Amino acid sequence: MEILVASAIGVITMTGIYLVLRLRAFPMVLGMSLLTYAVNLFIFASGRLSIDMPPILSPDGAAYVDPLPQALVLTSIVISFGMTAVMVMMALGAFLETGHDRIDMTGPQEDEQ
Amino acid sequence: MSLALIAALPFLGALFPGLMIRAGRGPSALAAAAANALALLGLLIHAPAVLRGEVIHTRIEWLPGLGMDANFFLDGLGLLFAGLILGIGLLIILYARYYLSKSDPMGQFYTYLMLFQGAMVGIVLSDNILVLLVFWELTSLSSFLLIGYWKHLPEGRQGARMALIVTASGGLAMIAGMLILGHVAGSHDLSVILTQAGAIQASEWYLPALLLILLGCFTKSAQFPFHFWLPHAMAAPTPVSAYLHSATMVKAGLFLMARLWPVLSGTAEWFWLVAGAGLITMVIGAVIGLFKDDLKALLAFSTVSHLGLITMLLGFGTKAAAVAAVFHIIAHASFKAALFMAAGIVDHEAGTRDIKRLGGLRTLMPVTFAIVAVAALSMAGIPPLNGFLSKEMMLEEVLHAGAGGGWLLVVLATVGAAFSVAYSFRLIAHVFLGPVRSDYPHHPHDPGFGMWAAPALLAVLVVLIGLWPMTLAGGIVAAAAGAVTGGAVTVNIHHWHGLVPALFLSIVAVGTGLVLVGGHRRLDAIWTAVPRPEAKRIFDAIVDACAAVARGFTDGLHNGALTRYLAIFTLGVVVAGVWAFRTGTHAPGDRLLTEIAPVPVVAWVALVICSVLLMVLHRDRLLALVLIAVVGLMVSITFIYLSAPDLALTQISVEVVTVVLMLLALNFLPKRTPVESGASKRLRDLIVAGAAGVGVAALAYALMTRDFAFPTISDYHLAHSKSGGGGTNVVNVILVDFRGYDTFGEITVVGIAALLVFALTETLLRGGRANRRLLAWVPDQRRAGDRHPMMAVIATRMILPVALVVGVYIFLRGHNDPGGGFIAGLVVAIALLMQYMASGFAWADARQRLDYHALIGAGVFVAGLTGIGAWFAGRPFLTSDYGYVRIPPLEEFELATAAIFDLGVFLTVVGAVMLMLASLTRIAIRAGETVNIEPMDVDPSAPSHGTEGR
Repeated sequence: MEILVASAIGVITMTGIYLVLRLRAFPMVLGMSLLTYAVNLFIFASGRLSIDMPPILSPDGAAYVDPLPQALVLTSIVISFGMTAVMVMMALGAFLETGHDRIDMTGPQEDEQ
Repeated sequence: MSLALIAALPFLGALFPGLMIRAGRGPSALAAAAANALALLGLLIHAPAVLRGEVIHTRIEWLPGLGMDANFFLDGLGLLFAGLILGIGLLIILYARYYLSKSDPMGQFYTYLMLFQGAMVGIVLSDNILVLLVFWELTSLSSFLLIGYWKHLPEGRQGARMALIVTASGGLAMIAGMLILGHVAGSHDLSVILTQAGAIQASEWYLPALLLILLGCFTKSAQFPFHFWLPHAMAAPTPVSAYLHSATMVKAGLFLMARLWPVLSGTAEWFWLVAGAGLITMVIGAVIGLFKDDLKALLAFSTVSHLGLITMLLGFGTKAAAVAAVFHIIAHASFKAALFMAAGIVDHEAGTRDIKRLGGLRTLMPVTFAIVAVAALSMAGIPPLNGFLSKEMMLEEVLHAGAGGGWLLVVLATVGAAFSVAYSFRLIAHVFLGPVRSDYPHHPHDPGFGMWAAPALLAVLVVLIGLWPMTLAGGIVAAAAGAVTGGAVTVNIHHWHGLVPALFLSIVAVGTGLVLVGGHRRLDAIWTAVPRPEAKRIFDAIVDACAAVARGFTDGLHNGALTRYLAIFTLGVVVAGVWAFRTGTHAPGDRLLTEIAPVPVVAWVALVICSVLLMVLHRDRLLALVLIAVVGLMVSITFIYLSAPDLALTQISVEVVTVVLMLLALNFLPKRTPVESGASKRLRDLIVAGAAGVGVAALAYALMTRDFAFPTISDYHLAHSKSGGGGTNVVNVILVDFRGYDTFGEITVVGIAALLVFALTETLLRGGRANRRLLAWVPDQRRAGDRHPMMAVIATRMILPVALVVGVYIFLRGHNDPGGGFIAGLVVAIALLMQYMASGFAWADARQRLDYHALIGAGVFVAGLTGIGAWFAGRPFLTSDYGYVRIPPLEEFELATAAIFDLGVFLTVVGAVMLMLASLTRIAIRAGETVNIEPMDVDPSAPSHGTEGR
């Protein structure tokens, strides 16, 4: 299982960074979302993997998964949503203001009306 | 009075003038003076004890872990300086009240002045060198404000900037030096450091510390080659020049050299550096001063020269020289402050301070003339005034120091003294003597009493101290010099020492000075003809060069290619990781691996395929959204499979909201990403991304295959979740209880993010290009014929109550089972969102009365209030409590304050999500999206189609 999770994190990171390196705002936002998945999975995995051991206390439960990374990731997911919304809004605003959604500030900056 | 209070009083006093100015200029000045007088009184109460040789301490523990405590101590040296600062400060406040014109913002002036005063008092009373450094920087900053007080004058702004750059750079060096000193001495307390002379001078760090500290002192006290900023600081109002640039701030460097004299002096390095710099400064300042026509510039260079004199005396490193230095500090403060204030009076009344345009003021301004005559004669060293006494002492010490063949020292000191005589006489002769002129800019006359009272008092002191030095100043000089040298000193200040060599030198100096001033016109012509390096031009050139280098560096690194930075950053992190891996030691992971079941493999394959497809197909943005949603879904499945039900619930609901949000935004963005990078660039990006992916995967694998390196704190959470937090869902208890403070911060952030989205929308819609573009919007895709299909409308309406009940259920069970405020908030938000999507924004909006801003605010407020509630139970913020109640016929159930906190989380999340989506909807409406008042575009009960509401 570990190899699957690790490689999944790697693949998501790769796709995320590749998209972040594109020159337009929209793929960049997608890339950041993917990186969020990767980071969240990574933090989650730092609590080590366990199957069928949810951190819900029960009388017969003997072992539980590490709950702390889960709590951290839970808030991280919600915060990332907020940040994604802000990024989307900024991308939209930049596009509406300038008529293009390029993110690099090199080259001619004239607007595409 | 506590020493800390004495240091704090001017700061408190700084608050009032700015406020009191509404009551008028008088009350404003009075408020400043009252704080100042109170501090002075507090100081004087300690004076008898200090003069007896006691040292008074005030210790307040502040940051003991950093060795930074608000410790103060008062000994003779501190008393002398604090007395000068507070005493002259009081006179300056009086003088400035009449000096500043009606158009000057006087409240600001006094506030800055008091800030400066507090910083100065802080320096001289601090026992802790770290605290001292803070005050030291504060003097640089407040002096910047004061020099640039007349903001409309470019000289003021430039002078302020130059002073700040020079003194603050010195301050940085000083911080380094002081830290070294503290490290060597093993304490940050001056009273300890001063006992460590042997250890410090034997240390290999002695020379670096000395150089750095002297750099700080020399820049502050305008010693060569940093003397150039002081004359430019004269753009300040005259009270500032009199206070900061003659009597107090520029003496901070001297103070520190005197303070650290016991541990730093006595070595050859100290002698050559300090005495050498002092001597050069003294001569250069005096020579330049003679040829300045601006009254204040003349006085500024004379100040530079006298500061050099005192520095030189401190550099000699003998007790007698220290006594002379201390006495000259008193003498110089008295006559120079008087002279500056008098120069201000001449400027104020005659309309100019250009010496070439003045002359003959003796009969027109008799009071001012008397003040200037006394003070300038003292500066020239004419008996019986106090300046004579200190100059005699100086020459005496020079003769001692130069006894072993240092004739050059004696000659230079005499030259300096001669020029000092010359510019002093020139001040009297060229401004006040000579014929009365007819071309003064204003008609000069003596000012009112309020303006000349302060300099007159100082002039009287000059005479009195000159006549009875031992009675009036003997005690304080002995106490201060004792503190400087760290032992008892004999103070013996007399006018007549017999026909000693110093007297002859003095006579030579006066004679030469008279000759110089007599031949001033001819000398001046030579002086102007000879080319000299201009300090300001050199300084400006250096600053410009630094700025150019910095700009080149920034432009080179920061050329606007954001993606390139990201690529470099990614590679940098990968390289750092590889390097750490290669150089660190590690053992192979031996943790028992979990086995691979078929279901996760399917999810893994889906995830990998969608990820890779995303890279290939991302140009079709709609398709990319679908693919990313699949990836998100697979992540949720991973969570549920790996024992994280809460995460899975959160992830899947966030996924829904995010995709809806992006779809709404995509409506106004290009639907395709054009091809811009060539194949090679894409390959490069792929390699960068691949390297990062491999690195992260390897790191994750390495982490997961090893056991925890340290015992985790999670066991504590698991053990106390039920007993302490009253819940069995440990993740939820961590969120609302153990780490409630984090959660409180996080809902605040989410709320702020939503408000930010709202604010951005407001900005876009307010007008401007974005607004025009929206108004002229032409949809780039075909609109749906039936935007609100009946099936969707009916289904969502049926689902709404169910969805809300599910939300409430998830909220309530959260403490013990998967669920909680975050998830419930998202679920309810999605339920509402469905209504908006199915029945249209206007229709749905008309049927709910929730204000989303208020919802966010209420959420944060409720959460915060729950936290505060703990205070009333006498427990820390956000401590939760719970109990069990039973209301028949229900079963026993639990009530926890954490549930109220979770309610706050819930409200914030609902409000935030809805506000973000509502903002995007407003953009759509601006772009001409039709607004429906009916739930459906097509009314199935109508006989024919086409009743679309507008």
